[in-house]
Amino acid sequence: MLAVDTPGSVRPSPSFLQDAGGRSGIGAWIFSTDHKRIGLMYAAAMFTFFIVGMCLGLTMRLELMFPGEQFISAAAYNRIFTLHGVIMVFLFIVPGIPAVLGNFMLPLQLGAEDVSFPRLNLASWWIYMIGAAMALASLVVAGGVPDTGWTFYAPYSVRTDSSVSLAVMAAFVLGFSSILTGLNFITTIHRMRAKGMTFFRMPLFCWGLYATAWIQVIATPVVGITLVLLMLERTLGIGFFDPGKGGDPILYQHLFWIYSHPVVYVMILPAMGIISEILPAFARRTIFGYKAIAMSSMAIAAVGYLVWGHHMFTAGMSDTARWVFSLLTFLVAIPTGIKVFNWLATLYKGSIELSVPMLYAFAFIFLFSIGGLTGMVNGALSTDIHVHDTAYVVGHFHYTMFGGAGIGFFAGLHYWFPKITGRMYNDRRAKIALGLIFVGFNLLYFSMLIMGILGMPRRYADYLPEFQPFHMASTIGALILVPGLLLMLWNLLHSARTGAPAGPNPWRATTLEWQTASPPPLLNFEVAPEVTTGPYDFTHDPLLQENPA
Amino acid sequence: MIQASSYAGVVDDAFIFILGTSIVLLIGVTLTMLFFAFRYSRARNPVAAQIEGNMVLETIWTVIPTGLVLMMFWYGWTGFRIMRDVPEGAMEIEAIGRMWSWAFRYPDGHTSDELVVPLHQPVRLTLTSEDVIHSFYVPAFRIKEDVMPVARPENRNHLWFQAEKTGEFNVLCAEYCGERHSKMLSKVRVLPQEEYDNWLAAAAVTQVDILKLKGCTACHSLDGSRIVGPSFRGIFGSTETVVSGGTEHQVVVDAEYVRKSLAEPLADVVKGYPPAMPPQQLTDDEIAAVIARLQELR
Repeated sequence: MLAVDTPGSVRPSPSFLQDAGGRSGIGAWIFSTDHKRIGLMYAAAMFTFFIVGMCLGLTMRLELMFPGEQFISAAAYNRIFTLHGVIMVFLFIVPGIPAVLGNFMLPLQLGAEDVSFPRLNLASWWIYMIGAAMALASLVVAGGVPDTGWTFYAPYSVRTDSSVSLAVMAAFVLGFSSILTGLNFITTIHRMRAKGMTFFRMPLFCWGLYATAWIQVIATPVVGITLVLLMLERTLGIGFFDPGKGGDPILYQHLFWIYSHPVVYVMILPAMGIISEILPAFARRTIFGYKAIAMSSMAIAAVGYLVWGHHMFTAGMSDTARWVFSLLTFLVAIPTGIKVFNWLATLYKGSIELSVPMLYAFAFIFLFSIGGLTGMVNGALSTDIHVHDTAYVVGHFHYTMFGGAGIGFFAGLHYWFPKITGRMYNDRRAKIALGLIFVGFNLLYFSMLIMGILGMPRRYADYLPEFQPFHMASTIGALILVPGLLLMLWNLLHSARTGAPAGPNPWRATTLEWQTASPPPLLNFEVAPEVTTGPYDFTHDPLLQENPA
Repeated sequence: MIQASSYAGVVDDAFIFILGTSIVLLIGVTLTMLFFAFRYSRARNPVAAQIEGNMVLETIWTVIPTGLVLMMFWYGWTGFRIMRDVPEGAMEIEAIGRMWSWAFRYPDGHTSDELVVPLHQPVRLTLTSEDVIHSFYVPAFRIKEDVMPVARPENRNHLWFQAEKTGEFNVLCAEYCGERHSKMLSKVRVLPQEEYDNWLAAAAVTQVDILKLKGCTACHSLDGSRIVGPSFRGIFGSTETVVSGGTEHQVVVDAEYVRKSLAEPLADVVKGYPPAMPPQQLTDDEIAAVIARLQELR
């Protein structure tokens, strides 16, 4: 889809890192409306929170190495798992890929100068930071860190004296950041595509962001309303969820999951989009089943609205509601399977280079397949009853959200690192980090799958001695995983300053973001690009022309 | 894993089908991926073929997985129907969950802190919560159902099981319910019918410690150690500093204080302890029994 001149032939503009659009100092960042700078600001904030959340997770694993109380009390443990969940869900993986890589890459992939509403984009970042500050303030205000779990289930969340109100308010504010980003992306995709770029010539990452954005806009208000109801219940004593006043705790669960189930697709769809970018680039061929992959994103987003009840299979819904939700849940598996099979077919007769982004993509396919397939046990009624609210669910969730969304995010970070920084990461360190992450991850979370099937409930500060071997294995996994994650992050940070210059298109990839300088200039393209083919057109592969086979 | 209920085998069959299918699919996907990475590496296959798609393949990998997931759904649903279909003549027991202990009330009115049931006898448990949401979970039976606080008793959740093995099995709380969630454990003891009858006859006349029965000991130890609230050892008759609406004063722990603290636990909280206790609905006789026990523990 190459349509601009080669970068050397036009007068080079300064990169967005040099050209702050007339602002200076810290203001060049925090008041910048450049989508690329906003993406990097999100990255800085989110990875700070990620490290905090990771340390909290590690603390839990160390405490659980042995039964009984080691170094933190049950009360502290409950606050730690709540904070781990709130940080990782609301501050990291929900904004996650769209806020960082979506912001940075969407206009570039579409051939646009920026998103539709750059100032609204900056406002979204500010709202995110305000929400994050409120979440962190709940650490220090009276009552202390909430001890409810990130789900804030009533009536426990109504009666606990920890600072639930502030944390819930923070989640409410963060929701607006999500809604506005979604709105911005939908408009950008409809209105800002380059000349000649039809919907079916968009890169698949854009399709993933498009499906995601609709979920953000439609589903997030539901959780906003739910959290307002919870705050009214806590402050004014209105009995929406209090059976003593004629309310119903199940109502809270329905409202909460109507948002919070679709939101797992907010987390995973952009990651699937990243995988669909990386596979063609390193297999040197067009993606297999472009339309099937694009449409399966939309199908997952649509059916994903109708399956929330599977979070409540033991909560006492009617038996009819339970089987209907079970059936609908299984339907989501079909478009997910379609994606995986098309990815595999994309490898067929490719010319595959096992670069770091490609290895991450392979890790994604393996880990996400485990995540998806273990979910079948949760979708089926009789088996879910046994593993519901056990460590099995924690394992399944982390395989999809961390092994899927998280690893997809890391894949994207490595893939687009040369575009963002203009430099190449250290290849050897990146591979060592991935090895540690892959081994540690599986040990950590596969142990959870097993102990869950054996009957280990989740959110337990202490446990029966028979589960100890699995907890020990899980903790050892965490001790391998954490150095891997730190090495990966350090490698990226370090290479951003010291890496070898990468040039505009080190992968010889075909999508538009690679047709401009690395890092791109403030307004992205020297000449507005024009598109004449699909996104992954390797019929005149530049790599083959440089090194004929 | 031990299968101690009548439907545990049905549930495990569904596990084997679903997990077995999943493992085959996972191995298939992984091996295909690794084989392609090897066979079509840049060195072995320098020029890629540009294949845009194939309708036949798309149809196959839509239809076959659809069939597989519908089978999984069917397995799960048919097993679930058995778990919900309470047999005629099931014995009725009420399971009571509260922060952070279990109690079981039998048809003859007596209450026990562990669940004792006869072998081969269907038992229907009605699930009552006195405070927040709990979840009654017996892994050996493959059964779990949330214990919800409800506005009307007829809205309470229920479950049933028929024990097929004698022995003791863990009862766990599976829905997070606060500080001592992981300590909210009990046992289900399965006895042959004859032993069960003996137990029931003895239980009806045996005085169970009221402090244990009402769940007090989940938070208040009898030996002076600290759990959540102050220990009962030596507290009766002592003088304690309490916090009442933010101000501190001294009270003597007497019958009056105990009575008030059961009805309004948060009115005068002993200093240094969290305001965590829910109000207790005890009869006058039960309150008298509690006071008598506290006097014994002086």
